[in-house]
Amino acid sequence: MFKILRDLLRYNREFAIGFVLTLGIFLFALAHFWAPMPDSAIYLLPPDMPPSAQYWFGTTSRGQDVLWQMSSAIWNTMLFGITVTILSRLLAVAVGMISGYLGGKWDEALMTLNDTMIALPNIPILLLVYFVMRDSMSWPVLAATAALLGWNYDARLIRSVTLSLRTREFTRHAVFAGMSVPQILIRQHLPYVMPVIFFTAMNNLIWAIGLEVTLSVLGFSDINRPTIGGMIYWANQHQAIIAGIWWWIAFPIVAIVLLFLGLFLLAISVNEYIDPRSRLSRMGV
Amino acid sequence: MDGFAKYLVRRLFQFFLVIFLGVSLAFVITKLSPVDPVEQSVSLMTNFGATDPRAVELMREALQELYGLKGSMIEQYLGFWGRVLQGDFGPSLSSFPTPVMSLIVSALPWTVGLLTLALIITWTLGNLLGALAGYYRNNTLLKLSGAAIMALHPVPAYIIGLVLLLAFGFIWPVLPISGGAQMNLQPAFSFDYIRSLILHGTLPALTLVLVGIGSWFISMRSLVSNIVTDDHVVYAELGGVSSSKIFSQYVARNALLPQLTGLALSLGNVFGGAVITEFLFNYPGVGRLLIQGIYRGDYSLVLGVTTMSIVAVAVAVFIIDLIYPLIDPRVRHG
Repeated sequence: MFKILRDLLRYNREFAIGFVLTLGIFLFALAHFWAPMPDSAIYLLPPDMPPSAQYWFGTTSRGQDVLWQMSSAIWNTMLFGITVTILSRLLAVAVGMISGYLGGKWDEALMTLNDTMIALPNIPILLLVYFVMRDSMSWPVLAATAALLGWNYDARLIRSVTLSLRTREFTRHAVFAGMSVPQILIRQHLPYVMPVIFFTAMNNLIWAIGLEVTLSVLGFSDINRPTIGGMIYWANQHQAIIAGIWWWIAFPIVAIVLLFLGLFLLAISVNEYIDPRSRLSRMGV
Repeated sequence: MDGFAKYLVRRLFQFFLVIFLGVSLAFVITKLSPVDPVEQSVSLMTNFGATDPRAVELMREALQELYGLKGSMIEQYLGFWGRVLQGDFGPSLSSFPTPVMSLIVSALPWTVGLLTLALIITWTLGNLLGALAGYYRNNTLLKLSGAAIMALHPVPAYIIGLVLLLAFGFIWPVLPISGGAQMNLQPAFSFDYIRSLILHGTLPALTLVLVGIGSWFISMRSLVSNIVTDDHVVYAELGGVSSSKIFSQYVARNALLPQLTGLALSLGNVFGGAVITEFLFNYPGVGRLLIQGIYRGDYSLVLGVTTMSIVAVAVAVFIIDLIYPLIDPRVRHG
């Protein structure tokens, strides 16, 4: 594992940049545990201070330090993304592997459901869920809803991998050795599906974080819990752009773009590592 | 024709299934709510002063009737279907007494126009650049534009839109950042009105293009770079077929098929991006209607827009499915 990481860092420039960016942002987010003030406190500091030696990224019109707000915000946003990713991976793996291995009627039923879910527009459905839940909308509920909407593409991918594993010799051996279906799926097939899960997880994480930013920018989440989108929401509420408090909006945007860029570079370079064909074309063969 | 008929039946089945499940899902979500929409609307309306308790009771009755919340769960469910099929979601509370449906109908052309235009540009440009980048792999210009497109790809629509809005609305104010056309102009086939339409549509459309182009570029590039090594391409190269002909007839044409399937699959997501973009630029489409409905607590409007957008996306997917056999002879003759 460490050897792979070392080689990727050394020979793959995209991975190295992505790794450094993501790690840097992660450490920055981690720092909020040592923040000098609680992240929910408002009007604690002089409002609207431009970036200075004392307040590196300035303060908001709500009297918060932009630097420490961002630290908590990135942490919360990433936590949301990772929760969605884990939940939706569980669904995608279960549906994909069962559908691919059992085949027949199961496959048909699950894949029809899958294709139907793909055709549903996510944002209106999430907005409807928010609308009916209102104040009882907490981030775990939002994460669960997003996870329910975010597994279909990857279930299809995992199904195709399982489909080819099913015809392999070792599967037949396992069946004859008397292993049950769950045993075969988990002990025999899962290790082969793991790289696909890992790669789709990266893309799903990017999607989930994007969703969180989108919804909280509109104020459709718990607005008192700092998130990147939530910061932009409050900045808009206080007309930060018109009032010239650019630092309130610029720094969160820069942070989110850097985070996305880092994760995306990681995702494509990991995909390249998993798929040997693209490695060959990179070498110019 | 047999293969085509079979294809058509399967697509039609999928089409009805999407609508059935989508509409049922919308119904179930409203039932999961811990908040009673009637009570919510009542409290919204009685906020403005003391109201006679008897009037409140009458209002409650009327709202239950209006929202279709009377009777057993099954009656409500069937009633909901009746509303969807008739396209009647009752009057909107936030712009009473205009029916929700006529609000949607007047907002729909904006969304359809913006989305169709942006989608055509995105799909064509993304596939063209992706195919070129996959075919001419050592071209520096293509590599650079690829890097730029891919860097934008993961960023959500709102952020891209916001940056464009700040750039062209505040820092260098050259484009209008709000509305669908100039307020004082009457809709007409005049030069001024069309010019204003285009100017107002530029930033929203640009946002959608920048958001969407990356995924087409990436998938087309990898498709093409796989097809390039196929036997039929190598054979054509050895046979001396011109490189532009190989590119268009042997490579790009084959790679376009999965991209058309991808177009149908992506419509749901694209619509989501349009909702956000419309709201950001105050564009008078369905997406802005939906978000305004949420802010104003307008139950019938939100439910109506959500349901109709599920149906509309399903219809659009079905239309693309119908185009598919025209391009793929295997489906036609299957």
